[in-house]
Amino acid sequence: MKLDQIVRQLGVRVRTTEDKVKEVEVKGGYASDLLSDVIGNAKEGYLWVTLQTHANILAVAKLKDIAAILLVNSRKPDADTLEKAEKEGIVLLESDLSTFELVGRLYEMGIR
Amino acid sequence: METLFSQQFLVEGGDFRNAGNASTQIKTILKQIGIPGEVIRRVAIAAYEAEMNMVMYAKRGVMTLRIEPMKVEISVEDEGPGIEDIELAMQEGYSTASPEIREMGFGAGMGLPNIKKNSDEFSIASTVGKGTQLSIRIRNRVVQSE
Ligand SMILES: Nc1ncnc2c1ncn2[C@@H]1O[C@H](COP(=O)(O)OP(=O)(O)OP(=O)(O)O)[C@@H](O)[C@H]1O
Ligand SMILES: [Mg+2]
Repeated sequence: MKLDQIVRQLGVRVRTTEDKVKEVEVKGGYASDLLSDVIGNAKEGYLWVTLQTHANILAVAKLKDIAAILLVNSRKPDADTLEKAEKEGIVLLESDLSTFELVGRLYEMGIR
Repeated sequence: METLFSQQFLVEGGDFRNAGNASTQIKTILKQIGIPGEVIRRVAIAAYEAEMNMVMYAKRGVMTLRIEPMKVEISVEDEGPGIEDIELAMQEGYSTASPEIREMGFGAGMGLPNIKKNSDEFSIASTVGKGTQLSIRIRNRVVQSE
């Protein structure tokens, strides 16, 4: 499924690298706030749902070729996270929903 | 065995700003050289965990990438507190990370197990009060087994 369909259906805010949203393909999802868990278990093209907002999430996303990072509970990315994500072409999304709600809806949409 | 490529990366303890740079550079190099994707994925995981452990626990360290026709090798050597009980440190879930570090999502006690799981050969040595060394070897499968 294309990322822009998810963005529209869930009404999430795109904070960085908006131009990529149309082309990025989401192959699955992973929800975790533990970075070693994500590094070990997420896969290429996955949407990563997390509450972590510091810049190290970008290294994880790059190393795993994550499709996009989705921040939960209205969490705002740190200033340097925003700047670095834009520079490195990583899509950061923001939602007011909780991890539980987001994952439930994504799963219903067929992201698993 | 002939070394195709070799590079050293310096890692500063406590430098969370630049944490992850060495491992992302390593990934870029492997991609440019045309190493198979599955090998890159395993090296990236191991390199990241080794780098983060130096950032979290050591004073400073060096990560050396060596690419040979048959394998990719990452050697890590740090100056730091060392590990008292290596067997315990290797157990999934064991961590001495501070509360501040845990809040950032580190300290799951999965790093060293992740490294081991993703390497074909792995060894760890440590001297308390001096530092820790890791040797990570991942076979460079020319034929992709996916
Ligand atoms: N380079 C190192 N120097 C000193 N101690 C280390 C080093 N690497 C690991 N350790 C010790 O071993 C423990 C386990 O390491 P491991 O990487 O498995 O988990 P962690 O770093 O605590 O958490 P995670 O990697 O999941 O974020 C650490 O908590 C720390 O006590
Ligand atoms: Mg670790």
